Amino acid sequence: MARTRVSVRQVQHSPMLFLLPALVPVIAFSVLPLIEGIYLGFTDAKAGLIVDLAPNFLDNYVRLLSNDLFWQSFQIGIIWAVTTTLLQYVLGLSLALLMEQRLHFLWLARTLALVPWATPPVIVAIMWKLVYQPDIGLLNQSLRGVGIPVGELNWLADFNTAFPAVIVVGAWAGMAQTTVALVAGLKGIPVELHEAAASDGATAWQRFTHITWPQLRPVTDAIVSLNFIWNFNSFGLVYVLTEGGPGGKTMVPALFAYNEGFKYGHFGYAAAMGNVMVIVVLALLYVYLRRGRRGVE
Amino acid sequence: MIHRRSPAATVFQYTALFALMFFLAFPLLWMLSTSFKGPRELVALIPSLIPVNPTIDNYFTAFREQDLVRSATNSLQLSLGSAILTVLVALPAAYGLARHASVLRRFTMSWILVSQIFPLILIIIPLFLILKTLHLLDSLSGLLVVYLVWSLPFTLWMLQSYVKAIPIELEEAASIDGAGRLRILRSIVLPLLAPGLVVAALFAFISAWNEFFFALVVLQSAELYTLPLTLARFIGSEGVVRLGPLAAASFIATLPSLVFFSFIQRHLRSGLLTGGVKG
Repeated sequence: MARTRVSVRQVQHSPMLFLLPALVPVIAFSVLPLIEGIYLGFTDAKAGLIVDLAPNFLDNYVRLLSNDLFWQSFQIGIIWAVTTTLLQYVLGLSLALLMEQRLHFLWLARTLALVPWATPPVIVAIMWKLVYQPDIGLLNQSLRGVGIPVGELNWLADFNTAFPAVIVVGAWAGMAQTTVALVAGLKGIPVELHEAAASDGATAWQRFTHITWPQLRPVTDAIVSLNFIWNFNSFGLVYVLTEGGPGGKTMVPALFAYNEGFKYGHFGYAAAMGNVMVIVVLALLYVYLRRGRRGVE
Repeated sequence: MIHRRSPAATVFQYTALFALMFFLAFPLLWMLSTSFKGPRELVALIPSLIPVNPTIDNYFTAFREQDLVRSATNSLQLSLGSAILTVLVALPAAYGLARHASVLRRFTMSWILVSQIFPLILIIIPLFLILKTLHLLDSLSGLLVVYLVWSLPFTLWMLQSYVKAIPIELEEAASIDGAGRLRILRSIVLPLLAPGLVVAALFAFISAWNEFFFALVVLQSAELYTLPLTLARFIGSEGVVRLGPLAAASFIATLPSLVFFSFIQRHLRSGLLTGGVKG
């Protein structure tokens, strides 16, 4: 016994030694850069040999206020994130609920549910480009096949269809982790609750609204919040699908900030947009989660 | 207790299930189908999901494409490097985290959560400047550093939960028997940790293999491009005839993570990996 205690105490001297190799690079190459990035949003830093790091305080934000393209991009970003998150949730919940039923082919559904997750974002975009392709894409060819005259409609380049088309891809891409999280949530609901309600004569719909829905609330809040953050900040998918086009119709904020920073070299201005994005995400999450809490009370 | 479903409900449930399964599967199937179609079938007026005259020419063409082969080699080097480096650095830290440092454990967890909220633009600009100062811009080593720090927190978190699952009594018993610190780590902790190390290494490999944004910013010369960069450029510029080889290359590029996901499928049920893999 005495020896055990000594050995455990001995170990306590060394944790720092164990942790340093991991801690140093993470702090040097991601924690500090993030702090610097936030600070850059208050400077006029530009890409070039000399980076001016003198603060210009709120100049960037004043300029952002009068930048119509920026406002438009945020509007697109919010519509994109809200719609995509909503679709992901509805589709994910439907699939998760079906997986709780006694049906055949669930093993296949379980495997297929992972496909969007297992596909790299760039390949997701390529797959859907092949679907939306105007001449030989699956969508146009199928529509022609059933006699709908679509012509050579280029879904991703048309002003009316580009944004909805991108949202569908976003919903597809995020369905997997939503389904996985909701299945785990449904498994956590005690079976006794359903049995008791059923013996009281509750219908399936009543059991859903009175048991499943409220019991699933914490998981719903978690996955909806995370999906919303990921969607709002997402970049690769839209970049490869449309590059923000046509005419800025799909210019989500992450893409807008990237262009500002790396196409035009306005580092400070781009970082300022990043800061605004953080504030918007936190504000919307706050509203969503508060509303949720009031709903329970 | 359990209600019998009405036939209408059963029909409805199966319809919904098949519709969702179709939605999930068809983009991948269409890409697969495209990859086995010859040029003439590719432009056929009536599409077929199963190619009439399947050909593997597209795969040969993809393998003869120098850009693709070179970027696949780059991706492979980078992903292997990232997997090895991440695990080497994370292993001791995960041990220290699991056994002792509660403050740092909280720091790691908060960092994983906090880093999700911030858009990548805030990190990439300073990182770009740092890499430039270190002359690591436009180099695979520079990107490797980025991938290391990016997959480290999550790998650490994963590994430390594996360490925690090893009863400390085993180590204490070995210590009573007179085994030294290193001996305990080597002969007791390491063997028991092997499955965790494999999952962590695969995770780091796949994160690097699939990553797009950092590569886009850090790499400028086409010879250094990773597979996602080259494929993204390909689809932007090439005509219809080249879609066959592109689909073939894309399918090959997806294989590692498809294999990885089927491998870790059972871990996913607990939501263990939620978040980390998304780019």
